[in-house]
Amino acid sequence: MPSSAPERTLVLWCPDWPVRAAAAEAGAPRDAEIAVIEKGFVAACSAAARAAGVRRGLRIREAQSRCATLVVLPANPAADARRFEPVLVALEAGIPTVQVVRPGVVVIRAQGPTRYFGGEQAAAEAALGLLADAGVPEARAGIADGPFAAEQAARTADPATRVRLVPPGGSAAFLAPLPVSLIGLPQVTAVLAKLGIRSLGAFAALDADQVRDRFGPEGEAAHRVAQGLDPRRLVPRVKPKEYARQVNFEPPLDRVDQIAFALRQPAEALLDGLAADRLVLTGLLVELTADDGGGHARTWLHPRSFTPLDVIDRVRWQLQGAGLAAPVTSVRLVPDSVDLAASHEEGLWGGGPDERIHHALSRVQSLLGHEAVLTAQVGGGRLVADRRVLAPWGERRAPARPADRPWPGRLPGFSPATVFEDRPEVRLVDPAGVSVSVDERGLPSGPPAGFTAPDGGHAAITAWAGPWPVEERWWDPQGARSLSRMQIAADDGSAWLVCFEDGGWWAEARYD
Amino acid sequence: MPFSALPSEDRAETVQQLQARIRAMQATGLGARTLPTHPAVAPLLPGGALKAGAAYSVPGSPALAMLLLAGPGAAGGWCGVVGMPELGIEAAAGLGVDLDRLVLVPRPGEQWLSVTAQVAEVLPLVVVKPPRAASAGETARLASRLRQRGATLVVLGTWPQAEAVLEVESSDWTGIGTGTGYLAGRDAVVAVTSRQIRTRHRLRMRDDGWGLDSVVPTDLEPSLLEEEATRAVLRA
Repeated sequence: MPSSAPERTLVLWCPDWPVRAAAAEAGAPRDAEIAVIEKGFVAACSAAARAAGVRRGLRIREAQSRCATLVVLPANPAADARRFEPVLVALEAGIPTVQVVRPGVVVIRAQGPTRYFGGEQAAAEAALGLLADAGVPEARAGIADGPFAAEQAARTADPATRVRLVPPGGSAAFLAPLPVSLIGLPQVTAVLAKLGIRSLGAFAALDADQVRDRFGPEGEAAHRVAQGLDPRRLVPRVKPKEYARQVNFEPPLDRVDQIAFALRQPAEALLDGLAADRLVLTGLLVELTADDGGGHARTWLHPRSFTPLDVIDRVRWQLQGAGLAAPVTSVRLVPDSVDLAASHEEGLWGGGPDERIHHALSRVQSLLGHEAVLTAQVGGGRLVADRRVLAPWGERRAPARPADRPWPGRLPGFSPATVFEDRPEVRLVDPAGVSVSVDERGLPSGPPAGFTAPDGGHAAITAWAGPWPVEERWWDPQGARSLSRMQIAADDGSAWLVCFEDGGWWAEARYD
Repeated sequence: MPFSALPSEDRAETVQQLQARIRAMQATGLGARTLPTHPAVAPLLPGGALKAGAAYSVPGSPALAMLLLAGPGAAGGWCGVVGMPELGIEAAAGLGVDLDRLVLVPRPGEQWLSVTAQVAEVLPLVVVKPPRAASAGETARLASRLRQRGATLVVLGTWPQAEAVLEVESSDWTGIGTGTGYLAGRDAVVAVTSRQIRTRHRLRMRDDGWGLDSVVPTDLEPSLLEEEATRAVLRA
């Protein structure tokens, strides 16, 4: 037996919340026939779809056969939660201690609001009023002993009054006629159905010891819920803090230095807010809004943690690179990732050597621009230029093509010391002085004997190898590439990797 | 001809020559700090290692400059490369350079000297390719800054007051024929000029597998001389 009776609980239920959220995400009208699908089954459906015979748990095809105009949307729990957040904030403005069971269902300890609003009915109506102001006028409220009974009361509330009160101690009687499947344990329910137990009341009448022996601890908990002795306690959520800062410019500003100056104080306020909670900023999202409705958003990472000056530098670089056509009306600074300040503390004798390096390189960055200081990685690919992946100092950039794949067709042997970026043109001639070409079968028209370097110098070829064909991404019209590569060694001691593409030669890399 | 078979005046002369040479190769200052140096290039350099605070000039061969970079880079040190947008990253990685600690400033433009000075302030080794020749005053200022911070500069070009100038005199490529094979190795003759003394070394680079470069110094003229000289000095 529970040590204490379940407390009075107010549950607010927003009907078909996943449908609402999915419709808003997809831009579909809310009163259309909508079904939200999870793992191939209908997880939720709109009232119109329900009227057409669509039910939870149907297969997509079955649901579509019942309602030909059904709009099928994928389940998106993140969007559900995100869309519910403003509703919660509006509710918390009137009733501070709320617990979210899932997006669309809120549990509140009824005691406080009851006393404040002068009665359970008045408290429920006040809560519904808050939700209606937040744009959910169809929400229902239920008050009963324990969250389970209160949620069932909200779900069975009369659509006209939208409130259902179950008197204290009346939860067991209220739950008794409801179907046993509501306990949400399909395996237990299936066994109970075979035993002829279809209502919660019949389940509650079973002996508690026998239920525990047959169904284990979770069956025992469900049994107590069915008896109206819901053992769950409410844990009010901790309201998340808002750290983001927005600055609006009236009139709009078009000069970078003006905007940077206006951001100094908000940037400090943002970092101070984080510092008060012993956090430091490691990733920052900067959103720019322009007067013509255009905008630019980008996330900046920091190898250590942002200072106010770093924040302003990032905004400045973003403004320079964004290419906005109109003056800026607002800048929003949103913390994208934060870290505990304890792991970023400076040592007793100042920062380590890496700290100094970072400061010096940041100075170079503010002198030349963010993209001027780079770190490199080896990526995947067949051409040597593809295998070089560069990222601005302080950012992590994962190579689009991982290097640890086989990449058949890449060259073995030496890696070249110089990799050209701009594909400089070169010339290869055979002993007769005729330009060498590579035919469809990948054979050279003659042995290459003379070489003209990109700088115009001539040399005789002493050794050569290839040509090797590279046939890449033939299925992709933009990325398709078909060329032949050759290695040549010239008599001036230089060695080159040259490519034949579209009837001409260009130098890919140089070895010496 | 063995050393002992030489006439005595020739012997004395040889000993003198060799001693002069040892002096040239020995460090001039006391306690000159050195950087970790790739074993292949260590015998080429005066003092047997990269000297902290010194400048080395490598006109014309990015591969040789990368070999100088490889020593500190493979030992986990930070390295900077200024003004080389076409640096072969994979070759550096193949020589064991820690790419997380390799900082590139590919296009410093007209500000290359101040960028080099700022980077050299914090990084122990900086490779720079000057877009134009620097004036004597500028290089002197940078040189004093390098000495002060103990940073080593490798210049892809000429540099006044370089500790050593390394040039590739000739190179033969191995593994490649006429339409057969692939570039698998290089035998280069490297001329090192340090304090008016020019020595020539043979440097052999081999690729033994996919991407891994192994560098074996062979047939080094000064090392032979050094050995002889040490013996002669001991005997004298």
